[in-house]
Amino acid sequence: MAAKTDLRRFPGFLTLTIICLVVLYAPLIVVAVYSFNASTSITKWGGISLAWYIDVFTGPEAPKFQQAAINSMVIAVTAAIAATIIATLAAVAMTRAGRFRGKTLSFALISLPLMVPEVVTAVASLVFFTAIGFTSGLTTILIAHIVFCIPFAYLPISARMQSIPDMYEQAAMDLYATPREAFKLVLLPLMTPGILSGFLLAFIISLDDFLITNFVKGAGVETLPTAIFGSVKQGIKPNIMAISTLMLIVSVIFVSLSWLIGRTGQNKNQET
Amino acid sequence: MAAGATTSGGTVSNIYKGNSAKLMLPAWAMVGFFLLAPVMMMVVYSFLTKEFRGGVIWDFTLAAYDQFFFDRGLFGDEPPSIEWTYIGIFWRSIWQAGVATIACLLIGFPTAWFIATRRPSTRSAWLFMITIPYWVNLLIRTVSMKFLIRDTGPLNEFLLWTGTVSEPLGLINTNFAVQLGLFYSYLPFMVLPIYAAVERYDFSLSEAAADLYSSIWTTLWLVILPVVKPGIVAGCILVFVPSLGAFLAPDLLGGAKTFMIGSLIEEQFKGSAGNWPFGAAASTILLSIVMAVLLIYARNQNKGSER
Repeated sequence: MAAKTDLRRFPGFLTLTIICLVVLYAPLIVVAVYSFNASTSITKWGGISLAWYIDVFTGPEAPKFQQAAINSMVIAVTAAIAATIIATLAAVAMTRAGRFRGKTLSFALISLPLMVPEVVTAVASLVFFTAIGFTSGLTTILIAHIVFCIPFAYLPISARMQSIPDMYEQAAMDLYATPREAFKLVLLPLMTPGILSGFLLAFIISLDDFLITNFVKGAGVETLPTAIFGSVKQGIKPNIMAISTLMLIVSVIFVSLSWLIGRTGQNKNQET
Repeated sequence: MAAGATTSGGTVSNIYKGNSAKLMLPAWAMVGFFLLAPVMMMVVYSFLTKEFRGGVIWDFTLAAYDQFFFDRGLFGDEPPSIEWTYIGIFWRSIWQAGVATIACLLIGFPTAWFIATRRPSTRSAWLFMITIPYWVNLLIRTVSMKFLIRDTGPLNEFLLWTGTVSEPLGLINTNFAVQLGLFYSYLPFMVLPIYAAVERYDFSLSEAAADLYSSIWTTLWLVILPVVKPGIVAGCILVFVPSLGAFLAPDLLGGAKTFMIGSLIEEQFKGSAGNWPFGAAASTILLSIVMAVLLIYARNQNKGSER
């Protein structure tokens, strides 16, 4: 037994793991701490205050960032809902319809947004929307977001569906459920944790995007990332750090939710 | 739809079989019309003539690729010689992405190993800690890194205060800063696939090696690494590919000397350069490199599974 634990342990690996976590968290923690800085100079520490959070909501730049936040939210919610519906339908076909013509190609198409580099997607979208005469604005951002959210919604949903054996639906149909009822009353409730994680991932991915949005957005239409980028280009101001900290909290809440939902789903599986 | 309803003994796949096309249609339509078609359109644009102030004229020409690879002098009448500017930017991007990938591997492998050898109950908490930063907005993470490492930032203030250094390190706007930014952006991508591979690793292999008097480092090199190689390769691709076309890290943490592909392309569409066909050509070349990497990877995957 003692020999076994030794085989799993390499000297120095714990140190490197700690370095890994420090690199990942140090910048975020530093910005979160400095967002509470009372001083107007962003690097000199002047005591704890909420001044920059108040500035975010009432300061001179507040209307700009509020509009950007509303745009980001509307786009993220709409894109995530659309992507989740599209991905759920696709996942049902991919995991329940057996072999069908074009299945491999379908999977390649769904994963395409993950394979094409972001900047290439951005250029392609801009060129395409211009060529077909679409005016850049919220709609173009929304369409682009739905497309790149599809694989992120699809992966957790199909992973969840693969772990559900079709005997439940089979049993329902043996008891005279129609296929529609078998889907609605048996499969859909079982899929729900996967669908929810898919939706949450798609939502965060949409909220996160800067590059594609920056290419396809119309003049004057800003999302939070593009507004922050524009502001940071002129130097990092303390209100940006307060906004960053707020967005950080939102992301952490959403990821934690997604994690908890995934965990409850897993536990149920292990019980059966 | 009716196929399954009539026969109560029909299998589940029979219900959905006839409907597979209907179920797939929205996904096909969205990705096909708004990504596949645009990428093809972009390739077409790379062969068009540029309009000043952005946009294109529908005259087919190789001018964009010619500008990328050849230097014909200021007025375009000199005999062509190789133009190194853009090839250099691509080469630098490949180098920077490569350094970031190796750095991610050197830190990511031990981290993944460490997590995978914890008790099963604590593993998911460790994994969760590694993934949280990935879900935080990339722009915010990059801005945070810029704030931390700049000359008047907390890191340098701290080092000056402790007397470790006598003047700021001057990290910002260097190649190192860009590498650090890429490393920081994509580190979780390296940890997760390696973790998945190590978790499936059969420790009786290590025991067998130890019984044959192998030291743990020899075992690591000759037994463990070959077994978990698929996870390592997947991790390297997941870090290298997005690093290659990255925009935020080079743009915010680097300077004029650290110009990468992402900024070159962005400048053609959003910046002062305004040369759409040239930007489309650079994007097409970037896409070709990425697709080549993914194809080689997919081929080796198939070879491995056939064995």
